[in-house]
Amino acid sequence: MSIAITTQFICFTILSLVVLIGALGVVLLESIVYSAFLLGGVFMSVAGLYLLLNASFVAAAQVLVYVGAVNVLIIFAIMLVNKKEDLKPINDIKSRRIISTSICLTLLSLLIRVDLTNVWSLSSPKNSIGEESTIRIGEHLFSDYLLPFEVASVLLLMAMIGAIVLARRDVMNKDISTGLPVDQELIEKSPEPLLTNKN
Amino acid sequence: MEYGLDLEYSFNEFLKGFGLSSEIAHIIWLPLPMLLVLVAAVVGVLVTVWLERKISAAAQQRIGPEYAGALGVLQPIADGLKLLVKEDIIPAKADGILFTAGPILVLIPVILSWLIVPFGQNLLISNVGIGIFLWIALSSIQPIGLLMSGYASNNKYSLLGGLRAAAQSISYEIPLALSVLAIVLMTNSLSTIDIVNQQSGAGILSWNIWRQPVGFIVFWICALAECERLPFDLPEAEEELVAGYQTEYAGMKFALFYLGSYINLILSALLVSILYLGGWGFPIPVELIAKFLNLPINAPFIQVFTASIGIVMTILKAYLLVFIAILLRWTTPRVRIDQLLDLGWKFLLPISLANLLITAGLKLAFPQLFGG
Repeated sequence: MSIAITTQFICFTILSLVVLIGALGVVLLESIVYSAFLLGGVFMSVAGLYLLLNASFVAAAQVLVYVGAVNVLIIFAIMLVNKKEDLKPINDIKSRRIISTSICLTLLSLLIRVDLTNVWSLSSPKNSIGEESTIRIGEHLFSDYLLPFEVASVLLLMAMIGAIVLARRDVMNKDISTGLPVDQELIEKSPEPLLTNKN
Repeated sequence: MEYGLDLEYSFNEFLKGFGLSSEIAHIIWLPLPMLLVLVAAVVGVLVTVWLERKISAAAQQRIGPEYAGALGVLQPIADGLKLLVKEDIIPAKADGILFTAGPILVLIPVILSWLIVPFGQNLLISNVGIGIFLWIALSSIQPIGLLMSGYASNNKYSLLGGLRAAAQSISYEIPLALSVLAIVLMTNSLSTIDIVNQQSGAGILSWNIWRQPVGFIVFWICALAECERLPFDLPEAEEELVAGYQTEYAGMKFALFYLGSYINLILSALLVSILYLGGWGFPIPVELIAKFLNLPINAPFIQVFTASIGIVMTILKAYLLVFIAILLRWTTPRVRIDQLLDLGWKFLLPISLANLLITAGLKLAFPQLFGG
């Protein structure tokens, strides 16, 4: 084995171990904050696996989107509502666990089937494009994958408009249960202008 | 365009002269540029800290550090040593693991980003194809470290600081990326080397700052906000939040934050000079001067000379920007959090979007000037 292949093998082993242990930690840990941070670690290791596969653009996009946006948002949300409260015990916890386990096992068997039936080996090593992949991804996005690309952007636009409607103060300025007006100004912003009304 | 020093090739040839295989020569070569860049970054921080002390003193009509070495140049080393030997305190109610991991997560992406900073045609660690995109991706990891240390400190000021840092970083990343995208559009490449080469045609006249004045200003404002420099240092505002997420940190862990913020400042200044100020290019093209003086451009001594000029130019431009950043810090008041978010979302984002659109239009209309 040459040095390059040995290094690749060591990197692959470490990254897959981090992915597996991290993912288990995300599911099994009691503290939701730890789960969120571990999720970031899992996303980073997946980006590392992409790097090993010579897909540097996909790796950077993974870091930017999943770690930099999705995971930061999750942690941000957890910390904004960082309430220590005891959750109500659920009565039918056993049946719920059985259902979720069976759903997960079904998904796992589907993945295993994909793994076994797909032909993974490239026809020749020359087919890997490496650094050219950025250009190739762009070409695909604007030709044969144009419709999914546009549909995804419309979906994101809808989500954004929804978020703006939820956050607007004149739309949601009444308490849903009591019907009383609610002050939703930024806490850090003074209700009166600070400098204008001095005299 | 394949000229300039190729140190890696010469080094490998030199080692092969001793009968080593090329793989072993490569392994011996690999850590050298990384170490060099790490040392350069740390020395850059020392210089910047000294500059900050001296310039702030001048801005406030003081003398500043004076006794440690000539003009106080040894003061930053004394600061560093002090932080190094200080007791490392973890507060009793803090979360030990996250408390330690936070500063490390803040520092590592910043240092990794030095991978793509070129000081000359072949004078960078790795000319990765995704170049500048790597920096944008890596800089998005930083808020996780800030949130982590803010949460782990178990202190309301720290948590507020961490949350502010994340909000600020998310808001300013978008206009930053959009203004970089306009440059990439003109270059047809993400690689920092190609971005500099694209500006090297006519010396100072072909620098991107003339073609992207709006992008330059947006990028500089966003870079300052990402570095959490005043006027945008809300996450660590000393007067209102004590020191934000750094409140509970002492000793080496605090030093990591300190190092991280200054390395990030230098990195941002370097990237502004690469993206908008022609990188290692001399205001008058070196090739023209060589032709004027009848010197062969490929001769070894000329190459060493042009490479040194390149390094000096890159550092000079970067430190000019660092100087402006320090002056800004000591002359401008801090913005409020709602003003900060308004500026990011209602002003910089539309402007950078319009800039991208206009750049694309100009590229179609004048392909010679705006990269075809």
